[in-house]
Amino acid sequence: MIYRMAAALLSLLGLFLSAYLYLYKIGWVGTLACGAGGCETVQTSQWSRFAGVEVALIGAVGYAGLLLASLASLQPGLAGRRWPSDLLLTLAAGGVLFTLYLSFLELFVIRAICRWCVGSAAIIVAILVAALLDRRRLPAAQMQ
Amino acid sequence: MAATPTGMRRFYGVLAGVAVIGVVVLGYLLARPSRVSIPANVTVQASDTAGFRGYIKGSESAPIEITEFADYQCPFCQTFATLQMPTIEERLIRTGRIRWRYRDFPLQQHQFARLAAHSAACGHEQEKYWEQHDRIYEGQSEWSEARDAGPLFRSYAEGNGLDLTRYDTCMESGKYAGRIQASIEEGARLGVSSTPTLLVGDRLYQGRFDSDAISRLVDSLAPRTATQ
Repeated sequence: MIYRMAAALLSLLGLFLSAYLYLYKIGWVGTLACGAGGCETVQTSQWSRFAGVEVALIGAVGYAGLLLASLASLQPGLAGRRWPSDLLLTLAAGGVLFTLYLSFLELFVIRAICRWCVGSAAIIVAILVAALLDRRRLPAAQMQ
Repeated sequence: MAATPTGMRRFYGVLAGVAVIGVVVLGYLLARPSRVSIPANVTVQASDTAGFRGYIKGSESAPIEITEFADYQCPFCQTFATLQMPTIEERLIRTGRIRWRYRDFPLQQHQFARLAAHSAACGHEQEKYWEQHDRIYEGQSEWSEARDAGPLFRSYAEGNGLDLTRYDTCMESGKYAGRIQASIEEGARLGVSSTPTLLVGDRLYQGRFDSDAISRLVDSLAPRTATQ
């Protein structure tokens, strides 16, 4: 259960981080606290939208989904079940793939690094690791 | 293995603590007042203009000057700037047939128009006026709906390669508020009441324009030579 708890906490952190970036994008918060990073360059580039939707909003929705899935997986009746683990793993893997795509854009197309995006990348990778460890802990007999 | 009830309570306590901290931080960021605002209706001092009469594009020797009174938050001005101006620049300005003068005429109903004009003026200070001008128009749909457009203008300045320390100082000082007001007052004296309005010679042209209409107007005033 510790891995699912970790996934829930990390998802909550990711949700706040994405919400912060989204609120910045729609002009509800001032300048981004970014040090010398290129957060504003990244956030206002044409790549800050994916299929017409703000990437930060996609992140917020994704983390909200992960949070709900991980909280559901903590319910007593689901502790030893495989599907909540599979769901977490699928969502986290999708998040990591999307993050890889965004990181590629940052490094090779926009040529600017947003520290908040790096933070989000670290969070989603950590959630994926937690989901993998959670799946591994389940004995084979209980996986069906 | 399921967690003990005590373990779960501790976990939910930590989760709730993180949630409260997150909400408080986001709430603080949302409630924080905008850092920059440009005063309206300032009294214009002679030093505000000091001979400044708009942002010029084109040759000083061009036979015709067109002055545009425009508002960065006006949708027609945005369409004109992004769709028509590139053609006008290519056909008329670069060929030396006209000189373009851009004057600020932020309308009262547009809450960020004056801030946008000031942001572009701060770009002018670093010789990046037209870059900032163009970027502000390109991003109009983005910043006009924002609660605070200032950070977006700042990000455009960053994208245009402006020195952000100098830009921030310029914006916070509101030093071009008088110049913008002077431009509004001059436009009002000439009879400008809406945007975009073009002044060609001593005539005002109001409404929507396209590059073909302006080409025809220029042709009627100064027929093309063989080299043009």
